[in-house]
Amino acid sequence: MSEQEVSTATVVDGSAHAGSSGSSGPASSRRNLFNGSMGRNVGLVLALVALGIVGYVTAGERFASIDNVLTILRSAAVIGVLSIGMTFVITAGGIDLSVGSVMGLSTVWASTLATQTMAADTHWIVMVVTALAVGTVCGLINGVLIAYGKVVAFMSTLAMMVAARGLAEMISNRQTQIVTVKPFLNFFRADFIGIPVLVWMFVVVAVAGWIVLNRTTFGRRTIAVGGNPEAARLAGIKVKRHLMYLYCLVGFTAGIAAVMMLGRTTAGSSTNGLFYELDVIAAVVVGGTLLVGGRGTIVGTVFGVLIFMTLTNIFTLNNMSTSAQNVAKGVIIVVAVLLQQRFASRTRSD
Amino acid sequence: MVNADPQPTRPLLQMRSIVKQFPGARALDGVDLDILPGEVHCLLGQNGAGKSTLIKVLAGAHQPNEGQILIDGEPVTIPHPVAALKLGVATMYQELDVVDGLTVAENIYLGHELSTAGFSNRRVVAKNTRDLMRRLGHPEISPHREVGELSAAGKQIVSMARALSHDARVIVMDEPSAVLDSEEVENLFRVVRELTSSGVAIVYISHRLEEIRQIGDRITVLKDGRTVAQNLQVSQTPTAELIKLMTGRAVDNVFPAREPVADEAEVLLAVASLGLKGEFSDVSFEVRAGEVVGLAGLVGSGRSEILETIYGARHATEGTVAVGGKQLRAGSVAVAVDAGIGLCPEERKSQGLLLDEPVYRNITLSTFGRFAKGGFLDEQAEKSAAQEQAVSLDLRPAGVERHARTLSGGNQQKALLARWLVRGCRVLLLDEPTRGVDVGARAEIYNLIRDLAASGAAVLVVSSEIDEVLGLSDRVLVISEGRVVHQGPADSIDEHGVLDLVMEGSAA
Repeated sequence: MSEQEVSTATVVDGSAHAGSSGSSGPASSRRNLFNGSMGRNVGLVLALVALGIVGYVTAGERFASIDNVLTILRSAAVIGVLSIGMTFVITAGGIDLSVGSVMGLSTVWASTLATQTMAADTHWIVMVVTALAVGTVCGLINGVLIAYGKVVAFMSTLAMMVAARGLAEMISNRQTQIVTVKPFLNFFRADFIGIPVLVWMFVVVAVAGWIVLNRTTFGRRTIAVGGNPEAARLAGIKVKRHLMYLYCLVGFTAGIAAVMMLGRTTAGSSTNGLFYELDVIAAVVVGGTLLVGGRGTIVGTVFGVLIFMTLTNIFTLNNMSTSAQNVAKGVIIVVAVLLQQRFASRTRSD
Repeated sequence: MVNADPQPTRPLLQMRSIVKQFPGARALDGVDLDILPGEVHCLLGQNGAGKSTLIKVLAGAHQPNEGQILIDGEPVTIPHPVAALKLGVATMYQELDVVDGLTVAENIYLGHELSTAGFSNRRVVAKNTRDLMRRLGHPEISPHREVGELSAAGKQIVSMARALSHDARVIVMDEPSAVLDSEEVENLFRVVRELTSSGVAIVYISHRLEEIRQIGDRITVLKDGRTVAQNLQVSQTPTAELIKLMTGRAVDNVFPAREPVADEAEVLLAVASLGLKGEFSDVSFEVRAGEVVGLAGLVGSGRSEILETIYGARHATEGTVAVGGKQLRAGSVAVAVDAGIGLCPEERKSQGLLLDEPVYRNITLSTFGRFAKGGFLDEQAEKSAAQEQAVSLDLRPAGVERHARTLSGGNQQKALLARWLVRGCRVLLLDEPTRGVDVGARAEIYNLIRDLAASGAAVLVVSSEIDEVLGLSDRVLVISEGRVVHQGPADSIDEHGVLDLVMEGSAA
């Protein structure tokens, strides 16, 4: 033990008696500015604008035509709908690797001879309902396994990814099934005010997704479960049940995407949606939704999808091989995530 | 900064006018600190005073924008954590930084593995580890035990051994007693005394002033990122003076007066022969409207488990819980919340709050459904309900749109209380309501709890600090090894009485 001979205390003049002044005022207002959803989305808009410029410079009129823009939007629509569902699951701290396979399975099931015959005899809506039901049931199985079976989401949906693909191959016998129900094709290949029905469907799903995530109790629960599942549980939120609903939701969006895929390609195939899960997760994360959960942005996801599809379009117009495209995509994903982390550490300086 | 008194011994470590600027916040604004060899130097300050930032600067985790650090009178820079260790400065963080999956020895030598040509010298490592454990008074901890199997106290010993393995001359301990019960704190103090007698200096950070009385030599007080007082002798500085320095205002650290509970007051919470296999059994008691009942006991005695079981977060294996005469289904939080029970959990940050969400959403976390029509939220109604509670609980700052992360410990606790008040809960279960809450805010929380009881709530409080349980409650239950060993009015028993009961129970 140290023993000091001299032991008078020194007190800095005044400041100890400064009275009870409030503390830490200015820090918060600035943080709010950085944290605003507007601020985050500005970067994405800039990225999209930059891509537009690159596209125009490299491909000229072939890029900047209405036809080409519609092509980009049409290809963005299917991935986009899947991404909206995925945004919910990732916001809640989960992941669904099976979306591509489940979509493929739904296209196959909805285009089997039996389903198509029934649709031809009654109404084409039968095919739609079939696809939605298949997607939702796959999601339900994922949800029950994850929420009540306590299987890690990564493993459960990985298993579903493999199994759904296999089931699709069994049902289709690895044959491509052509859709022959004319009213179905007519409906989904039509335009409405000059814009394809597929794009309208993406718009509707995205708007609905935004409203549900930001303006409803369902969305609030999703954010709470992702932000702190234990706190949500102790506040009385039924976390397990909500998780199950979320995986049903993403399965349902896979069903919608399957219907759109059938309309666009007229083919039900077990190879539909191969590797889509990767594009979808990448688009969601690039859009700014945190992989650890607790923060999700539908607007960001829409931009993420558009950025990826515009990029693919530019590469294709410039005759780049798909292999080179994949390398570029990989680089872009890493850069986007690095930027996101830089941003996240700046907003959490305490 | 004036310091008229020449130091009798040459300081081992000096920090001069340290400034650390974060984007949007000046965490340190001119901090001075002198550490003498062989002393226990206590660093005091409220939450947000800059203690954590200061020790991170010292540990090389943050770079100061201005100021100087001297070791043995020589200016040094600490660009990264390894540099700090090389200079003999080791830090034990509050969140114990041990790796659960590795063994004790592997943890201790993590980052500076002893090896020859890439092969680790397992025998040397094991021997050194055994020596360190003996020095720390825990020879029973084997070098080959997996750290995940150890208790919090055991992990802390490992963390301390790691500091010693670096031949540290200064060990910074950030709230080392927060995870320990009183017996383990005694052992910690013994180790600290042993270290200081061999010339090691300890920088000790704690909210518990009584601990500082027991172990500390000198005190430096931080407030708002500045050193407001230094070279205070522990033995000669009254507690009231310290509180005044830390908070900038005088605080009387007394508990609010109890109000007698009427005999005919409604029994709001009735617990009968409640048990959870392996944790506790045969717990029976009642809490009336207007009454505060305290559960006293050591860490691990089962007191938190009792709260969680009443709340339905754990599934009772026997017995019943009834609220207002109505029996609850076991094992369902939703049922308990619907019946009007609210829990403020022990770990506010990990169990209670959404840190990156606005305060109002935290306050309405269990009620936002009420502010919705057909599933669509009415955020304005939500905000005004939250704001109303924020005002009545004197939440500071009162704005409910800032993130919960930015609130101090005491105000986070208020936000959690507000959550249940918005819901109109009449039975409140408070687990360690003042953990991590600084002295100034504690008295406020105490008054708040009393006010809630006075307005007709039934409150059940768990705390490790026996004087807090006794001072705050009308009635006390002493828990030991999962059994209620005493039940009676709080003023009929004192701290020693409780400790005797707890020890007897443990011995049995």
